[in-house]
Amino acid sequence: MGVSNGTPKDNGANGHGQTTEPVGRHPRGEGERSDSAVVGKPFVKVDSRSKVLGTMKFADDLTLPRMLHAKLLRSTEAHARIVSIDTTRAEALEGVYAVLTGRSMPITYGILPVSQDEHALCVDRVRYIGDPVAAVAAVDEETAEAACRAIDVVYERLTAIDSVKTALETPEPRIHDYGEEGNIHKRVDLEFGNVDEALASSHHVREDLFFYEGNTHLPLEQHASLAEWHPDGKVTLWSSTQTPHYVHRALAKVLELPPSRVRVVAIPNGGGFGGKSDIFNHEIVVAKLAMVTGRPVKICLTREEVFYCHRGRHPVLMRFRTGVDERGRILGMHSQTYIDGGAYGSYGVASTFYTGALQTVTYHVDRYKFDSVRCFTNKPPCGPKRGHGTPQPRFGLEVQIDKIAADLGLDPIEVRKQNLVEPHSMTANWLRVGSMGLGPCIDKVVEGSDWYSKFRKLPYGRGVGLACGSYLSGAGLPIYWNDMPHSGVQIKLDRSGGVAVFCGATDIGQGSDSVLAFIVADVLGIDPVDIRVVCGDTDLTPVDLGSYSSRVTLMMGNAAIEAAERARAPLAEAVSKKLSIPRSRLVFGGNRVFDAENPETGVTFAEAVQFAETSIGTIGSTGSYKPPRAPGRYKGAGVGPSPAYSYSAAVAEVDVDPETGLVAVERIWIAHDIGRSINPTLVMGQVEGSVYMGLGEALMEAMEYRGNRGVVHKFPSMLEYKSPTTMEMCDVVTYLIEDPDPNGPYGAKEVGQGPLLPIMPAVANAVFDAVGVRVDEVPISAEKVLKAILAKAEGKDGRYGPAKTPAVEWHEPHRVPPPWEGGDGRAIDDPKHMPVPLADPSGHRYKHDMSGD
Amino acid sequence: MSAPVPLTHITRARNGRPAKRRAQFTVNGEPVDVLFAPHKTLLEVLREDLNLTGTKHGCELGECGACAVLVDGEPVLACLVLGLDAEGRDVTTVEGMADGPALHPIQEAFAQYGAAQCGYCTPSFMLTAQVLLEKNPSPSRDEIREALSSSICRCTGYVKIYEAVELAAARMRGEEADILEEAIYGR
Amino acid sequence: MLRLPDFDYYAPSTAEEAVRVAADHGPDAAYVAGGTDLYPNMKRRQQTPAVVVGLSRISALREITGEASSGLRIGAGVTLTRLAEDERVRAAYPSVAYAASTISTPLLRNMGTIGGNLLLDTRCNYYDQTYEWRKSIDFCMKRDGEICWVAPSSPKCWAVNSSDEAPLMVALDAKLRFVSPEGEREIPARELYGADGINYLTKRPDELLLDVCLPPANGWRAAYVKLRRRASFDFPVLGVAARVKTAADGTVEEATVVLGAVHPSPRIIEEAGAVLVGRKLTDEAIREAGEIAQHLARPLDNTDFLPHWRKQVVATHVGRALAGLR
Repeated sequence: MGVSNGTPKDNGANGHGQTTEPVGRHPRGEGERSDSAVVGKPFVKVDSRSKVLGTMKFADDLTLPRMLHAKLLRSTEAHARIVSIDTTRAEALEGVYAVLTGRSMPITYGILPVSQDEHALCVDRVRYIGDPVAAVAAVDEETAEAACRAIDVVYERLTAIDSVKTALETPEPRIHDYGEEGNIHKRVDLEFGNVDEALASSHHVREDLFFYEGNTHLPLEQHASLAEWHPDGKVTLWSSTQTPHYVHRALAKVLELPPSRVRVVAIPNGGGFGGKSDIFNHEIVVAKLAMVTGRPVKICLTREEVFYCHRGRHPVLMRFRTGVDERGRILGMHSQTYIDGGAYGSYGVASTFYTGALQTVTYHVDRYKFDSVRCFTNKPPCGPKRGHGTPQPRFGLEVQIDKIAADLGLDPIEVRKQNLVEPHSMTANWLRVGSMGLGPCIDKVVEGSDWYSKFRKLPYGRGVGLACGSYLSGAGLPIYWNDMPHSGVQIKLDRSGGVAVFCGATDIGQGSDSVLAFIVADVLGIDPVDIRVVCGDTDLTPVDLGSYSSRVTLMMGNAAIEAAERARAPLAEAVSKKLSIPRSRLVFGGNRVFDAENPETGVTFAEAVQFAETSIGTIGSTGSYKPPRAPGRYKGAGVGPSPAYSYSAAVAEVDVDPETGLVAVERIWIAHDIGRSINPTLVMGQVEGSVYMGLGEALMEAMEYRGNRGVVHKFPSMLEYKSPTTMEMCDVVTYLIEDPDPNGPYGAKEVGQGPLLPIMPAVANAVFDAVGVRVDEVPISAEKVLKAILAKAEGKDGRYGPAKTPAVEWHEPHRVPPPWEGGDGRAIDDPKHMPVPLADPSGHRYKHDMSGD
Repeated sequence: MSAPVPLTHITRARNGRPAKRRAQFTVNGEPVDVLFAPHKTLLEVLREDLNLTGTKHGCELGECGACAVLVDGEPVLACLVLGLDAEGRDVTTVEGMADGPALHPIQEAFAQYGAAQCGYCTPSFMLTAQVLLEKNPSPSRDEIREALSSSICRCTGYVKIYEAVELAAARMRGEEADILEEAIYGR
Repeated sequence: MLRLPDFDYYAPSTAEEAVRVAADHGPDAAYVAGGTDLYPNMKRRQQTPAVVVGLSRISALREITGEASSGLRIGAGVTLTRLAEDERVRAAYPSVAYAASTISTPLLRNMGTIGGNLLLDTRCNYYDQTYEWRKSIDFCMKRDGEICWVAPSSPKCWAVNSSDEAPLMVALDAKLRFVSPEGEREIPARELYGADGINYLTKRPDELLLDVCLPPANGWRAAYVKLRRRASFDFPVLGVAARVKTAADGTVEEATVVLGAVHPSPRIIEEAGAVLVGRKLTDEAIREAGEIAQHLARPLDNTDFLPHWRKQVVATHVGRALAGLR
């Protein structure tokens, strides 16, 4: 089903003579184009050439006259009270312009409204080694660093919490005075149908424990920010951020400035992966330093500091109990996750829900129970990394399905295919699934990898494994509660024929600037080169919530289509009048507006703009997008819904050295259900990049800490944090499945995160196929593999993985009947809960009514 | 080669730190004459004293490869070379790759394949690839893999980088070559 | 950006000048060749010499002279790239060329030298960290502190010799020639490395390495096997250098097995060599040698990978090195 040789598929967007109704939001009505001239074609990214020339400016490449340089003094204690800070010696140094401590910025902030627990600089408590305590602006970086070393901080050490287990056993001292009791930040207990009953009636029930170690984004670019203060009371921050809108809100709050006087400009990120989607201390600090000194102030973090910023993958311990019938169909699943959150809230509440929410969107789970606990620990805060909260449970789920298949003597491929969620259906936890191309994805990789001649047939040491995954195409809800659009696009048409497009989204290398240009170019029938993209500037661009949750292509894309359609309308009107051709016959294409029946009759695009401008004045338009409302009404239903879910399947072929346990991944076949490619080159790049990052997580990446004098990061360096080099990267064979989704622009779904998800479990399953041992942990390191091999050789269980979970007092769950058991999406303990008749009494698998959207 | 850095005349600045020293070398074919503190690396001199910010930095310890430049035609890491050691040498940075308004074939291939996702490691890969192709116009995939193993890329999984190098190599050999459909559309 | 501390820099064009400048500044001076070891350490403030003497302008240090039959002399300033590619080295000392080709990355090999690799500062996860990181653990005895965090009750430093060429030079019994104001002297590789992570070299700081003399290539063969997580960038977590001399029928006459990257110095495992002498390199003999080496290896928790595992795989890697010499 993959596309070949660039011909747009006939079930894609607009095209003449197509027999199927176009799927997905795409241009229609007057001025319809004859063909997708841009969408689906391998146009070169709009910023590629400046990137290869080295002229693209990243945040640390910016300089301003009289610019000062900032450095942060970071805590050398994991958990301590700040007794005193003496900045006298630092202030006395020649070349030092300002020294700040926490008292200068007492207002707290945080990415989530429920976790406003960070200070720009610690006020009275430090919570991890690396927590910023003071800041200096000086004439150069060396002077600022020397000044930091001249700041004397007296700490009173507190007990440091190094793990979920310790956090649960050590309610005092509390790392934060909010959240749940002790050092528990957040607890979730949800049950969709009676799971105990389902398990009791199952043919086979498996219980497995898994552990997924934390890891980090490691963008090549170290975070950098530059701030400038204007004497008219305005501050501008240029920053390597994925979320300028949220940084804007936090800056205004902490600096106590009207948001209208704060401007945040997101500079193209030198890699993000979620690592630049929070609000960071240094961003607020340089703005404050600029206000205090009256001079521009820049900071560029060191690599070590980037490790301390973290907000990466949470370490998660998991317990899954899953019951199936004799054919392996899932009747009930109880998942429990124990999450090490690190020192601050960050996105953690959302992450906590995400460790349970998407377990239901690939395989139908008839009844589902989900418990989770997130604890504070004295480590750099965890947050959203590519896949946000879902790779950990996905790993467990995909490995457990293989184990279940083995227990029952079934084919793991068939078990998966039997369980596939139906397209346009609802899940037990009230997520609305739209298009669902996982079946074809599985078929592609099974066929491409020659699975059936390899699985359980390769010589000892070699093996294949398969796994699947799914991810959001944007979170259904914004981070702070509001009913405004999630993405806005403005278009300005110029009488020259040039078009300027404005949007708050940020290009982090994924190509969102290009997607914006391609979509607008496609709708207007012009060359993308003629489009000027202005993005990620809170003064100039309409709000887009940011480059996270794989939301930009879908949300910005839909807003862009709306804006472009609206921009096209007056042109069509004017050309129609001018040429006396009905609007319905006009086609926008090839930089022209012409008569579909007489293509030579037409005007250039620039002329069309001039006619329209003559007729109605300056041409501009806006478009916005807000996701459809999700059906779930229970507490926690806000995490998980998405306008569309992408699907992926992967097969890994591995070579395991039985004498050392070292695992080499030779090749990965991956199929991704993209809905529709806006630009295939970018899609392929995202798939391959996801495979890479997944491979690193599968084999070697880990945020590890030592217990010496508290909790210290074991090796915050690029040498010892192991990111695969060219020598470890496997071959990748990619298949794109185009199954357009009704909610996607042109049917497009996400691709930036989903393809990472199947990699880790596919490798784990392949290792089992190769040497017959189970490593129920990530990373699947040589030590663990060898230990399991040796245990098996001694006749013991050939498994490496966690043996127990810590004691947690779980609450009574909020019980929400799944759609097929009636109810209205509310918990039964919700006073508004209304038991309603089964929406689809005929079917075991509930299909929701699409017309209700 | 010009005269070595002098042995004498070490002086102190007003603040007691070592005084700036002078170095003369060429960057992208143009002579430069710069004064800077003796402990500054070539990376810092390029970025901060010559405003050539195309050379990136990701660790400053030789652990990421992002700061690769060519010194006398050989790729080295600018973060671990003193600016003073550039004296008399020919330094090439990413800004020196294009031939006037025309992109180098490697640059064009990287752009076409989207081999520059975030673009941050891109200069290091392109410069290293340039030297590879000068020495070996038809490298195998494994030879490319080995030659480019000095830089980390977190975005691409290296696949598009290899494909871009292979495309550029073919064009530099004078072959008519274009992007591979299966690399763009999948199989 | 991590930056170097202030220092004065000299770039003499002869070894004599270099030695003189270094002597003038005593312990405040440090030599630098490729800079790939010293500069990162200086940026992290592990080493803070006030004077740095650059060797890159001394062309005499970049020569490879002699013949394999009488022994090659490799200048200390020969880059690792050149060492790996030099036809004479590859023909007569393939293990030396191979070991060079495994060091760090191609670009770092363009910069790093054989001299730098042989004199590499010992490495430790508690030491190869920035000043602030080290401050957070109250430093260690190798720099600024009192304790060895790897072995807190130990009176000595357990930082690891992570050179790839050092175990080979020990196995080959290479000789290193140094110069200082007091003249030249030769130190056999076997006597160069101390057992303490701080005093890891028996040479004095003011002595400059001129070259390393490989023994005549006649009748012996050597192999090097390196274990690390990634095939680029990474230092060894275990290196095995093996050298054997066999009779025409394959009977081992001399055998040396050296472990690298598991102790503060490359360590000759005498018993492993001894068990091979008088036997052919059978699977059984190789296995015995490997087990002896594994028994005597003492990797500690200061590199990548867990020390227990690094010990567990010693026999396998010794076996792989020896099997290559059959």
